[in-house]
Amino acid sequence: MIFSKLALYFQYPFVRYALIVGVLIALCSSLLGVSLVLKRFSFIGDGLSHVAFGAMAVAAVVGLTNDMLLILPITILSAVLLLRTGQNAKIKGDAAVAMISVGALAIGYLLMNIFSTSSNISGDVCTTLFGATSILTLSKEKVWLCIALSLLVLILFLIFYHRIFAVTFDESFGRATGMKVGLYNLLIAIVTAVIIVLAMNLVGSLLISALIIFPALSAMRIFKSFRSVTVCSAVLSVTCATLGILIAILAGTPVGSTIVAVDIAVFGVCYIVGLVKEGV
Amino acid sequence: MTYLTCQNLCLGYEGREILHDLNFSVNAGDYLCIVGENGSGKSTLIKTVLGLREPFAGYIGYDGGLRQTEIGYLPQQTDIQRDFPASVREIVLSGCLSSRGICPFYRAEDKKRAEENMERMGISELSDRCYRDLSGGQQQRVLLARALCATKKMLLLDEPVSGLDPFATAEMYRLIAELNRNDGITVLMVSHDIGAALTYATHILHIGSRIFFGKREEYEKSEMGRSFSAPAKGGDEG
Repeated sequence: MIFSKLALYFQYPFVRYALIVGVLIALCSSLLGVSLVLKRFSFIGDGLSHVAFGAMAVAAVVGLTNDMLLILPITILSAVLLLRTGQNAKIKGDAAVAMISVGALAIGYLLMNIFSTSSNISGDVCTTLFGATSILTLSKEKVWLCIALSLLVLILFLIFYHRIFAVTFDESFGRATGMKVGLYNLLIAIVTAVIIVLAMNLVGSLLISALIIFPALSAMRIFKSFRSVTVCSAVLSVTCATLGILIAILAGTPVGSTIVAVDIAVFGVCYIVGLVKEGV
Repeated sequence: MTYLTCQNLCLGYEGREILHDLNFSVNAGDYLCIVGENGSGKSTLIKTVLGLREPFAGYIGYDGGLRQTEIGYLPQQTDIQRDFPASVREIVLSGCLSSRGICPFYRAEDKKRAEENMERMGISELSDRCYRDLSGGQQQRVLLARALCATKKMLLLDEPVSGLDPFATAEMYRLIAELNRNDGITVLMVSHDIGAALTYATHILHIGSRIFFGKREEYEKSEMGRSFSAPAKGGDEG
């Protein structure tokens, strides 16, 4: 019954696109999530997604047809600034993130309200914030862009895996032994920004940090080495995203929040497994 | 052969100068202990020597063919590391990265080096354990093994025994002294344990309101050395 219904849905190309893009985005976001959580940067995902929302509003006002051209550079720039200020700034990391994130959110909403030509502003805003159905309405070009960027993120992650580990575990040791720590931090910042812009399509701006932190936190409950945590986090994230998208299609619930709900449930299970494991 | 020369060094943090006109040098095979009261700038000095901080003025030079990628460093532990999910092997291996250049993956010889250094530190049987589940002494030995993967020439140690119990402290000092004596590795150690400094070091750099640099024997005879080490020797540290 469920399967025949699913088979019916999968005849539509947009459903297949949604699943492919969803899985890729979930995979990318979970990989870097481990590093971001361990570096105490969990909130940066949230901050950056608000910046992306602001940028999207600007793009809509200016009337760009391909809004990615504006959103991507602005988000990358903010990521670089935020990760840089985390190290030695007058305004401490968390305050800077909070400042930029609410600032961008407010300006974005303001711009949309003043200049929007659409009759349903609150609907538009809701869609960008929570993803609503946007994953099901992706154009073919956007699907290809998502696939290309995801592959790029994956390749970069694989090449720099050992260095990302070293920079996450101990920045001073890396710097003292002549590693280009600044460069790798920059790389992490840029890749984070790319992932966030991608993930906006899947879960909307408000829920992106869930996609980044939940799989990593769940994996850390159970596993004890960096490699197993990374692999587990990737597997969990892809599984949750797939389940979430399927449930959303079948039950007609919003895609983004369904995926996050599945992520939360899995975290609960992992938490209990972790407790049991430690008790033994 | 001189590895490190510091001339007329002035350093501090947040614009406040805490050390003025510091001169010292480290030769191959030396065991230099940097001592001084809390807040006298010991850690700042070692960070400046490593290039993690800019000195306000003065000259720091690596000579004798020592490159920055050939230094081993044992930093003080950070909060991040205390609950970090990483196996001992992963951490020790990461010490090999500095000599890796642009090659993204470890080679067989790196893995062999990591195994050897774990053996040397007596942590081979812990290699698959999680770092955060180890005792303080074991964690320090893991970080020392990592530092050894990065160097065959010079080790910089920042308070390597802070927070360790007496047994682990003695074990740590014994390991460091062995590395210096048997493997000829030059050691630069920050410590406020003057007793250990006087037992193991060949040279002492005492920083604070007054500065002393010289051989251990001279320090023991000097007025500064006597006044600083007297209370420590009277205590139960000896």
